[in-house]
Amino acid sequence: MIDPIDVNVDEKLSLNRYEVDEENAHIRLKDEAECPNFQEEFDKLVIACPAALYRRDEEGRPSFDYAGCLECGTCRIICGDTILDYWRYPGPTMGVEYRWG
Amino acid sequence: MADFDVIVVGAGYAGTVAAYELAKAGKSVLVVERGNYAGAKNMTGGRIYSHSLKKVFPNFEQDSPVERRITHERISLMDPEANFTIDFTSKALKQEGQDSYSVLSAVYDQWLAEQAENAGAEIIYGIPVEDLIMEGDSVKGVIAGEDSLTAEITILADGVNSLLTAKAVGAKKPKPSEIAVGVKELIELPSGVIEDRFLCNPGEGAAWLFAGDATHGHIGGGFMYTNKDSISLGLVATISDLVGATRPIYQMMEDFKKHPAVAPLVRGGKVVEYSGHMVSEGGYAMVPKLVTNGCMITGDAAMLCMNLGYCVRGMDFAVASGQMAAQAAIEALDAGSVDEASLHRYVDLLENSFVLRELKQYRRFPHFMESTTRIFKEYPAMVKEIMNSMFVVDGKPADPLKKKIMDPVKEVGVTTVLKDAMGGMKAL
Ligand SMILES: Cc1cc2nc3c(=O)[nH]c(=O)nc-3n(C[C@H](O)[C@H](O)[C@H](O)COP(=O)(O)OP(=O)(O)OC[C@H]3O[C@@H](n4cnc5c(N)ncnc54)[C@H](O)[C@@H]3O)c2cc1C
Ligand code: SF4
Repeated sequence: MIDPIDVNVDEKLSLNRYEVDEENAHIRLKDEAECPNFQEEFDKLVIACPAALYRRDEEGRPSFDYAGCLECGTCRIICGDTILDYWRYPGPTMGVEYRWG
Repeated sequence: MADFDVIVVGAGYAGTVAAYELAKAGKSVLVVERGNYAGAKNMTGGRIYSHSLKKVFPNFEQDSPVERRITHERISLMDPEANFTIDFTSKALKQEGQDSYSVLSAVYDQWLAEQAENAGAEIIYGIPVEDLIMEGDSVKGVIAGEDSLTAEITILADGVNSLLTAKAVGAKKPKPSEIAVGVKELIELPSGVIEDRFLCNPGEGAAWLFAGDATHGHIGGGFMYTNKDSISLGLVATISDLVGATRPIYQMMEDFKKHPAVAPLVRGGKVVEYSGHMVSEGGYAMVPKLVTNGCMITGDAAMLCMNLGYCVRGMDFAVASGQMAAQAAIEALDAGSVDEASLHRYVDLLENSFVLRELKQYRRFPHFMESTTRIFKEYPAMVKEIMNSMFVVDGKPADPLKKKIMDPVKEVGVTTVLKDAMGGMKAL
């Protein structure tokens, strides 16, 4: 079970500069049907992704949006061998850009 | 003939320092950085200990964009409703060469990259290296975008989330227990306000680490570093333990910021950036093979990082390993042999320096942290109870001091406390 959330992470992400590659996803999940442990693994990503990009809607359906990714690699470490189809760095000049770091 | 003497992947601390040293020695160097400028993809806590940087840039204190000299060390044990802090300041912390400075990576890496370029290194930005050119088990260069670029020696300085060390030296992907995720907010405040709130002289600042409720009892902790006119506030949480939490890391971050011990320090500040990055925590056991034919691994890519709870170090390791890789490369190029045996000089240099010596010395610490989770819950609560019994005056007859202290200790168990203390001592 996940505790109630009272923080708006999208607002925080909007402070960063991004060049989103609309054509190519640099991270992709496998099909739910392909992975017997999909739900359990997905929940780990919900907890650990600092950008809150792995989410469940009110009905509990999982969703993932790579725009807003901080390119930390945490989801690759947790699920690179399970429910992630692939994890790459975004293509040339794409992705997040920190001004201070 | 290769296109370059050396190609460096990554313009962080390790890569820029390696490139600077190589260019200074007259070698042809190309740095390939995936960010649109050095540091664009990087985040640190953080504070850099000056000792290794000073060997490369003797006047970095004046020449480079350091934020503040750290003269206050604070450590807190944080309970949901209390916070116990040690504040240490000392003349020794201010002594040149053993002092430390807060920095911001995207700012600092650009300065380092500029030094490398001024010395003659070429840097291409905005292109990730996708693959290595291999000939048998020798690294011969890199593939970036459309280009295949060859080099006598390739130095991997591509950070903790390296996608290239597996191919170069067979490095294993870190386990979730060996690595932490960090999240950070940069909060702007006027410099005078920072100095007043943190009790610091102008130009000086504080480093502050929190164990306990910062991560809601999970392995990891909170950090706070004062910059010139901003505060770096964040959390680090070991991934294997974090995934068992009921609260996402970004909510922990928000809760931490609102904790009564933290909120007044950042009050009125303006959040201007939100970042995430991993930290390697597994210590010496995680360090991969460091050289192969035509290739050396430096900095975070080589897992040269140490988190002791009260002190986090990766930047000084990155700088030193970048410098040593450059030295080994120069000697190997001059001798006309870049095979693994020649480049092994790099490993020798690391072994004879603080880099591998300290990582070896503290090699038991990661396991100690992992197996002593009481640091994050029971001990902050115990300290709260002791302090409450000492400082709360309610007009009722008080217990003797011994009882005040021993009752909370007994709750955890006297032998447990002693064992943990001994265990910690041994691991350090
Ligand atoms: C939250 C947090 C707090 C920390 N606190 C401290 C602290 O207080 N003190 C301290 O000393 N250390 C601290 N560290 C650790 C420190 O930040 C790192 O050890 C240090 O940044 C490592 O430097 P590096 O040059 O090895 O790697 P990085 O600085 O990560 O640089 C790697 C570079 O390689 C580039 N790159 C990656 N892949 C590719 C590719 N395929 N092609 C091209 N370029 C690529 C990246 O864009 C990046 O520029 C902290 C880390 C974190 C995350
Ligand atoms: S790389 Fe980091 S920020 Fe991006 S989706 Fe994975 S966990 Fe989230």
